Amino acid sequence: MTYEGWITACEEEDIEEEDVIRFDYGDRTFAIYRSAKNEYFATDGYCTHEKFHLADGLVMGNHIECPKHNGRFDYTTGEAKRAPVCQALKTYPLKQESGLIWIRIN
Amino acid sequence: MSNYGMVIIGAGETGARAAVELRSLGWTGKITLIGEEAHAPYERPPLSKPTLLEEHNPSPAYILDNKQLEEHRIELMKGCKAVSIDKNNHSVQLENGQNINYERLLLATGAQPRRLSIPLSGSQSRFDTSSVLYLRSFGDALSLRRRLEPGKRVVIIGGGFIGLEVAASARECGCEVTVIEAGPRILMRGVPEAIAAIVDARHRSAGVQFKLGVGIAGISSSGGESIITLINGETLACDALIAGIGAIPETALAAASGLAIENGISVDEKLATSDPNIFAAGDCCSFPHPLYGGMRIRLEAWRNAQDQGTHVAGSMLGAKEAYAAVPWFWSDQYDLTLQVSGLQGIGTTTVHRTLGSSGDLFFHLTDERTLAAASGIGGPGIAKDIRLAEMLIASKAVLDPDALARPDVKLKVLLKG
Repeated sequence: MTYEGWITACEEEDIEEEDVIRFDYGDRTFAIYRSAKNEYFATDGYCTHEKFHLADGLVMGNHIECPKHNGRFDYTTGEAKRAPVCQALKTYPLKQESGLIWIRIN
Repeated sequence: MSNYGMVIIGAGETGARAAVELRSLGWTGKITLIGEEAHAPYERPPLSKPTLLEEHNPSPAYILDNKQLEEHRIELMKGCKAVSIDKNNHSVQLENGQNINYERLLLATGAQPRRLSIPLSGSQSRFDTSSVLYLRSFGDALSLRRRLEPGKRVVIIGGGFIGLEVAASARECGCEVTVIEAGPRILMRGVPEAIAAIVDARHRSAGVQFKLGVGIAGISSSGGESIITLINGETLACDALIAGIGAIPETALAAASGLAIENGISVDEKLATSDPNIFAAGDCCSFPHPLYGGMRIRLEAWRNAQDQGTHVAGSMLGAKEAYAAVPWFWSDQYDLTLQVSGLQGIGTTTVHRTLGSSGDLFFHLTDERTLAAASGIGGPGIAKDIRLAEMLIASKAVLDPDALARPDVKLKVLLKG
């Protein structure tokens, strides 16, 4: 479902508290996060270091840790937080509406 | 000694991370990074896979490129070998005759592949030791990839991680692959039998042949072909012979300088050697681990190399904290991900948790029901649980084996107690 550039990524309940899931759209892939405070965030799916999907990583507080090399990002801002990652992660606007999570990827 | 800088011998993962961290922690003096290879610091994990499989000229995955070296004001001396240390005068002598003074010195000399030592088969035969390939450096990987042509017969001696990762890559290149392992099964060190069985089955389904529990009686080589004779009389001919039979810590420089050696360069909990101005970190050192009652261990793993590099920078600047990170490593073979955190040998009972098609987890508990180690195999999704297990190991929480066995009990919940 899309309108005015927003697309539905998942239902709110698809993501557990302090966790992350993968969302694919066309040939693009994203990671959608739910914080311990029930806020939702979205970033690019792959780590900026090597091509490993962050949805397989662990969410701790505001950080997502890459499953392969333990590089860390702040998923709320995309900021790189721990080596080996040094390049920031792209983030995307999200909104919650009708129990759904909407993402704007353009 | 204000003009004396921080000097790091070894420009691998550990040396590079230490150099960068010294800057992050505010060291403004000189930093000199001395490496024997012709390259800027690069990552070794890709050597057994992408470097072998990439279609066109691969290049190293640099940890620090020239721009970053410049930005951090790290002086990299490539192709330089340190030959001695003068501890009293705080200086390092290089093979090219140069002397480099240091305020603090870090030995991040890593490890070298254990070399194959095999009797010749028959008095008339020849064995050209240079025909045996090893995998440690980018140069080794380039030599190896030239030999991995479709249809070539490849024999790998050693069923450990390096041997098996190379076996998987060689199969992906279309080679005929045989792995010879003297032990009764592959991966004797470091992973439980159940995981080794899954890895073994995956390799067999990919067409790898195994010769397990059998030693090598002799090897001869001629005209680019090696003939391996096993103790049971069987012979194998191959076009490429690769040995992955472990690594030996690079301690020669430290030993010649009179530093204490004990399964590697012996360091204390903050990674200082027996000389308070000289430190060692990474594959080359053994250190007392606070999590395991101060037991002295040596690790050969990417994350340890990185974390000790970061930690030792602090110690070089006077920090007193002990290095206490939980050991962790991974191996990728085909589509299988294997990860282990902790020291499996400390555990006395093992609890299995199935994640269905995503994989399997094994928890290794001590008699006190704390977690000694956790190992996982399957898809990339196991990483989350192994990471949580690592935190459970560090917490020393007493755990219920039944809860560990149940997939519906989240490890995050156990961690929060």
